[in-house]
Amino acid sequence: MMKHESIETNAALLIVLTLAAISIGGLVEIVPLFYIEGTVEDVKNADGKDAVRPYTGLEQLGRDIYTREGCYTCHSQMIRPFRDEALRYGHYSLAAESQYDHPFQWGSMRRGPDLARVGGKYSSAWHTKHLIAPRSVVPESIMPNYPWLQDTDLDISDLTAKMKTLKKVGVPYSLTKIEYDANVEQFGEDVAKKLDINMSEKNLMKDAKLGNFDGNPDKLSEMDALVAYLQILGTMIDFSKHDEAEFIKFR
Amino acid sequence: MADIDKVTKQKVKHEVIKDPLTGAETTGHVWDDTLMEFNNPIPTWWLWAFYGTIVFTIAYFIMYPSWPTGLAEKGYLKGTAELTYKADIIKDGKRIVGGGEEITTHWNTRALLAHEMQNDPNELKRQEMVKTVAATPLASVIKDPQQSQFVLAYGKGIFGDYCAACHQAGGQGVIGHYPNLIDDAWLWGADSADIELTIRKGRKGNMPAHKASMTDAEIAQTANYVLSLSGESVDSAAAEHGKKLFNTKGCSGCHMPTGIGMKALGSANLTDKIWTQADVPAAVDAKAKVAAVKTIIANGFKREMPAWESRLSNDEIKVLVAYLKLLSAN
Ligand code: HEC
Ligand code: HEC
Ligand code: HEC
Repeated sequence: MMKHESIETNAALLIVLTLAAISIGGLVEIVPLFYIEGTVEDVKNADGKDAVRPYTGLEQLGRDIYTREGCYTCHSQMIRPFRDEALRYGHYSLAAESQYDHPFQWGSMRRGPDLARVGGKYSSAWHTKHLIAPRSVVPESIMPNYPWLQDTDLDISDLTAKMKTLKKVGVPYSLTKIEYDANVEQFGEDVAKKLDINMSEKNLMKDAKLGNFDGNPDKLSEMDALVAYLQILGTMIDFSKHDEAEFIKFR
Repeated sequence: MADIDKVTKQKVKHEVIKDPLTGAETTGHVWDDTLMEFNNPIPTWWLWAFYGTIVFTIAYFIMYPSWPTGLAEKGYLKGTAELTYKADIIKDGKRIVGGGEEITTHWNTRALLAHEMQNDPNELKRQEMVKTVAATPLASVIKDPQQSQFVLAYGKGIFGDYCAACHQAGGQGVIGHYPNLIDDAWLWGADSADIELTIRKGRKGNMPAHKASMTDAEIAQTANYVLSLSGESVDSAAAEHGKKLFNTKGCSGCHMPTGIGMKALGSANLTDKIWTQADVPAAVDAKAKVAAVKTIIANGFKREMPAWESRLSNDEIKVLVAYLKLLSAN
């Protein structure tokens, strides 16, 4: 029998055997996926339109602030299909819900609670207060203060460039009339308007004014964008209108 | 120099080097002049335990079954390949969980969750207790030790998950932001039906700003009057003027001419000693009290209680109402 020492002392052999061992693990994970027809659920609203839509410009910029500030180092966005999580956070996350996320924010580190369904849970006034100084509302919190979000103007100079980039990786934002019409077909007219890159800055201003997320209607701050993003998380699908069996089929 | 020579010499391959004291074989590496490492074989029991884990892995891989195709499609052990659960039915836009036909599918965590929610004994007990409490009149829940114990324990859990971020862990709220829920004074009504509606649909409180329609002196006079309503000692001449302003500047329209508030608007009762916005209790003297009330009258206040009907079932909301009632009764 070959002694282990002869592998350990022969770099080339060690590399070849290591690669072989690792690729077994990789293949076991990848190959089964070739035999599955779809992993992303096809969730439709009652009117036959897609329930999950890409983020609006404002939400997308908020999402970029979320990643910039490293919120994901403490918060996951992935409710797993376990009873305790169902009772605490609500319906488990679907693949469809992060299909337009680049990159997704699933994560596994939970120093703070999961945020996959935090949208609508609190008022925007609470989020603003909480982000500026978490301990002003949750005395036992260990979350850091983010006071600058409220004072910093939102940089929208690269909004269209960002949306165009996301479009390249498959997010259906529209530039042409044909793409717009396809979005009307897929998401309905109201949503299609929000996904039109040509209108993105105007839409963003409108959304921020209407939502007044940071409580200061005269200023377009980073807080506006971040809270707009938090408030949409996990709210796109109305689970009271869907049979569980519909989602189980996809596993 | 001599040391280095020794080390290089000892490193020569295949030359078995022995420790002079014990005679045991070493790896041939030397540190700090004399420090050497034994090259003993690992203990036999350890080696066999290692082979054991390899055998276990192969057996587990087959039995699990990790590769559910061919012969293993149905699994070798019951419950490892298939799961049965009841589908939901959607009727009139509402979902009845587990009300549909029985479905058997390949094993997966989503089906397992559905199966557990319909069969797990602890889960069924939870569902049954929630249903029982929701169907029992509040007065009986409070008297029944088993039910009230459940309400206190379970209510604490969901209150912590959904409400404590605003109303604080004990329900005492924060003056100026989130009302106290355990003082048995209610902006939006004290009946369980009122509280239930508050939680289900949410509420928007709006005390309008008056700094545009009243002078600073008028606001001060009105503040004196408001404080007099709850028996604070105030400047009585100012309060006298304030009383007139209270009735002419629209305050009485929302707070009632007597100042007791109106549950349809969630307008605060100004005649009790309970303050939800003006931080009168923290004021050090009469002047600070007037200042606290003045700020509210001048700047107004808007705040929002979110709606919970999409997150919590009606039955769970009823348990929360019972929880709040139990807390404020204690
Ligand atoms: C050091 C870890 C940490 C970081 C970084 C962090 N948080 Fe938190 N977060 C927490 C903890 C702990 C809580 C629970 C206590 C609380 O509510 O403050 C929390 C709570 C929250 C909640 C309320 C969740 C709920 O359901 O009650 C939101 C929303 C939130 N964080 C958003 C953010 C955002 C946005 C960022 C980035 C700007 C962020 N957090 C960064 C630790 C963190
Ligand atoms: C985002 C913060 C927030 C959260 C979370 C929240 N509330 Fe509230 N709640 C408020 C505010 C603000 C008010 C006062 C509304 C007003 O101005 O009248 C309120 C009012 C109430 C009232 C009416 C009080 C009264 O005097 O009539 C009840 C009852 C209540 N909340 C219960 C709950 C329960 C139960 C939960 C958890 C399911 C909850 N709240 C979660 C902010 C919150
Ligand atoms: C449009 C109706 C409306 C009018 C007009 C109005 N109020 Fe109010 N007021 C409210 C409501 C509603 C609240 C409670 C808001 C909340 O809890 O979110 C409130 C709260 C208050 C409070 C805070 C009480 C506390 O417990 O801290 C004071 C003080 C007050 N009002 C005084 C006045 C005075 C004085 C006037 C007239 C100058 C006035 N209000 C006019 C609706 C009104």
